[in-house]
This record gives sequence, structure tokens and C-alpha cells, in this order.
Amino acid sequence: MDAYLPYLLCLVLFCIGIYAVISKRNIIKIIIGVIIAEYAVNLFLILVSYKAGGRSPIFSQTQEILPEAMVDPLPHALVLTSIVIGLATTAFLIALAVRLYGKYGTFDNSRMRELRG
Amino acid sequence: MITESTIPLFVALPLAGAFLTVLLKKIKGIPDTFGVMVTIGTFVMSIFAVLQLEIGQKVICNVGNWGGFQEVLGKIVGIQLVVDGLTAFMLVVVNFIAFLVAVYSVNYMTRYTEKWQFYSLFLLMLAGMNGVLITGDMFNLFVFVEIASIASYALVAFGTGKRELEASFKYAIMGGIASLLILLGVIFLYSNTGTLNMADMTRILAGGDHPALLYFVFALFLTGFGLKAALVPFHAWLPDAHPSAPAPISAMLSGVLIKALGVYVIVRIFYTVFGFTHEISLVLMTMGAISMGVGALVALRQWDLKRLLAYSSISQVGFIMLGFGIGTPLAILGALFHLFNHSMFKSLLFLDSGAIEYEAHTRDLKEMGGLAKKMPVTNGTTIIGAMSLAGIPPFAGFWSKLIIIVAAVQANHMKLAAWAVLMSIVTIAYVLKAIRFAFLGELKKQFANIT
Repeated sequence: MDAYLPYLLCLVLFCIGIYAVISKRNIIKIIIGVIIAEYAVNLFLILVSYKAGGRSPIFSQTQEILPEAMVDPLPHALVLTSIVIGLATTAFLIALAVRLYGKYGTFDNSRMRELRG
Repeated sequence: MITESTIPLFVALPLAGAFLTVLLKKIKGIPDTFGVMVTIGTFVMSIFAVLQLEIGQKVICNVGNWGGFQEVLGKIVGIQLVVDGLTAFMLVVVNFIAFLVAVYSVNYMTRYTEKWQFYSLFLLMLAGMNGVLITGDMFNLFVFVEIASIASYALVAFGTGKRELEASFKYAIMGGIASLLILLGVIFLYSNTGTLNMADMTRILAGGDHPALLYFVFALFLTGFGLKAALVPFHAWLPDAHPSAPAPISAMLSGVLIKALGVYVIVRIFYTVFGFTHEISLVLMTMGAISMGVGALVALRQWDLKRLLAYSSISQVGFIMLGFGIGTPLAILGALFHLFNHSMFKSLLFLDSGAIEYEAHTRDLKEMGGLAKKMPVTNGTTIIGAMSLAGIPPFAGFWSKLIIIVAAVQANHMKLAAWAVLMSIVTIAYVLKAIRFAFLGELKKQFANIT
């Protein structure tokens, strides 16, 4: 059971994020929802590389370490990229929120009615 | 000309152009020059790529060549860039439209301040799209999708009016969720196959049966890239985002972005990586048919010219997906042909709508009228684009739709063929509506001084 707990946490976080995006009216809360969902995905990416009792992926001159015994290093590189992309998206969304606040004087989504469905 | 060492230029040139534009923004005329020169460069390179690539040939570039290509545990680790037939074709479409849009923007964008921001974002978006087309690596694909998407969110908000900001916010939130789903799909694929290289992945997936996990990945990718391609259940952002952007960017978004980020990637992943199965065919055909219908029928009741064109984009992407969904060689030919045609005439129509807005200062069809006398050139090009969109015989749009419909009949999908014919007729209806209200009829008083 313990082995599944981190995955469960991922699922719960992702659902919280999506719930916030769908149901919240305040655009800051929507942005926070996107960030939470994003971090759930990043956590999942790290979990994929996890190996019980795995070593850090560094070759050594003095002792023989098989590649099979190492933690998969690729997802660690990927998650860095993914975090940077998330940062760019978040920064852009917040800049938009600031401009929207300047135009409407509110963060309430339901009062922004310029566009019709 | 198209060798290993020139492939990265498709991404490197626009990227360099984007950064140099920001650096040298003080010098007058630099943004225009860079925008046009870079797109001309990539366009010429894509032409060479198509001319020199032999059938079935693949040009592969190992980025950096730093030794990641000695296989670790039997799998390639480094990033590969691949140019094959489909890629070369898409490169020509994307870079040709980008070149035309860059030339058009030289004059059009003088209405806005800070032209260098526009060209810098535009070139970043081009870099992202070219990257999506040439990459042979799953995660790299995700990164390039994000580069193109974030640049396009910013470009949609370029006018910084209420409308633009709101449309951009909606687009950015939906695009952000789509990217998360795509990343999730990539992670599942990686954990299942242990590689990110598409060629390796194909080999590993072809070996075994499709496990249940793969169907979950199908769903994730279909939702994620369906959002980017604006297929119907996921289309809500497009009718807001595309009309809100400045006209050249609407042309770019509707003409190539939804195809490079959406349709191309769906085809690439579902055809070459997963292998084309009966279920995928069924899903793509259904989504194509629904998009086709909803897009066309909603376009009928639009009064905003650009919004009408945006809904028509949804409908035409439906046609393209239908062709890919049928999956016979003839249908794929038709779909590719229609993709090419659609990017041409839809870009043309959006640029025309920009010209109309430039002169008449309105996008509402009810307020226009009689513009044919004042804007003969725009009138002519709009009619050509509209006839091609509607599928009137001598124009290209007719032949591509005909090929798709014939392919549907040959593959025994009679109902789909009939549905496609019906939707073509609806297309004619909304196209005629746009022309009738914008160009024909009495000239309104307020347009009397347009020259």
C-alpha cells in the first residue's frame, strides 16, 4: 500500500488543480489551479524514475556500479525543463491577470463579459 | 542543401532572429528586415528540403553528437531531428505562410506600437512550429509545442484591449491544461517503453500487444493535441482567440498553428509511433465528422467576419481529420492536399478581413456593405479565397474535398461521404453570406471616403 501513496498524492493534487480551474470564478485561483495540476505532473515525472534502493547515477573510478542499480537520471533532466516551462506559463498568466485587473478593476471571471460564447 | 548540418537551422534561424530583433530594436527598420529575411531563409530551405528528399528517405541529425548516441542499455538517449516526407511538406506550408504573413505585417502592424515585440514573438512562434515538425524526440516535441503555444498566447493578447486579454486568458488556461495532459502522456509512454526517441518507441510498441495503458495514453494525447487542433469537444478557445489576434496572427494561427501543433502531431503520433489501428481510425473519423458539422453550422449564425472564419477553420480541420481518419492512401492524399489548400485560402481570407478592418474599422457584417466598389483588389482575392473554401469547381478547395469524399465512398463510409457533401453545402451558405454582406449591396455612407 505504501508504494502507491505517492501516486495517490499525484492523482489528488491533479484533481484539485483541475477542480480549481473548472469551478473557481477568481482568475488568480484559476491560475493557482493550473500551477497545482502542473506540480502534480512534475511529481509524477520524478516518481517514474524512482527505484527502491537505487544509487545516484554517477560512474565511479573506485567501485563498480552497474547502470541497472542506478536511479533513472533522464526524468530529472526532463522535470527541470518542465518546471522552467511552467514558470514561463505562470509568469505570462499573472501578467495577463494584472492587465485584466487594470481593465475591469476585479478578478471576478463572471464579470468579464466582452466575449460571447 | 538538406543535409544533417542544415536541419537545426529551421529552428536556429528564427530563434536567432527573435533575439537579435530584441537586441537591435533601437535601429529603425530592423524588426521588419529580420522578420522578412528569416522567413525567406527558412522558406527557401524548406523548398530545397522538398526538392532534394527522395521518396521514403529520412535525413537524421543527432543534436550535439555528444556521445548519447552510443546506446545506453540498448536505447538512444540524445535528441534526434528527423526530416522525412511529411515533415518536408509541412515545413513548406508553415514557412510559406510565415513569409507571406511577415511581408503583410510590415505595413499592417504600424497601427500598433512596439513592432519589435510583434516580430520577436512571431519568430519565436515560427521556431516552435518548425521545431515541432522536425523533432524526433517525444519530450523535445512537448518543449517545442510549449514554445509555439506561449508565443501564440502572447500574440493573441497583442492588442491589449478587454477582448484580447480575455480571449488570451481563456486560450492560455486551456492550452496550459492541454500541455499538462500531453506531458502526462509523454511520461506514461516513457515509463512504458523506457525511451523518448520516436523511432525506438515505434520499434518497442510494434513488438508487443497494445497494453491497456496505451489506450489511456491515446486518450491523453487525443485530448491534449485535440485542444491544440481545436477539434470539436475541445474547440471553445478558438472562436475567441483567433478573431482577437491582429489579422496577420489570425492568419498564422488559423492557417498553420492548429495544423502544425494539432493535426500534424496527431498524425505523426498515431500513424508512425502507435501504428494505425481500427479504433484510432474510428475515433479520428468521428471527431472529424463532429467538428465538420458543428463548425459549419455555428459559422452560419456569426455576424463577426473573423469569428465566422474562425468557426469555418474548425469545420475545415474536421475535413482534414476525416481524411486522416479514413486512412486509405487516397484519403491521406486528400487530407494533405486539403491541409495545404486550407492553410492557403484561410490565411488569405484572414488577411483580407484584416484589410477590411484596416479600412472600414469594423468587423461586423451588418455594418459593412458595398465595399466591392471601394476595395476591388480585396474583393477579388476574398472571392477567390471564399470560392476555394466553399469548394466551387475550378478552385483547389473543390478537388481536395472531392478526393476526401471519393476516398470515403471507396472505403464504404457512405454516411460520412453524404455528411461531408452536406457540410460543403453549408460552407457555401456561410461563405456567400460573408461576401453578400461585406462586398455587395448598397455602399454605406460612412465608407464613402475610403480610397
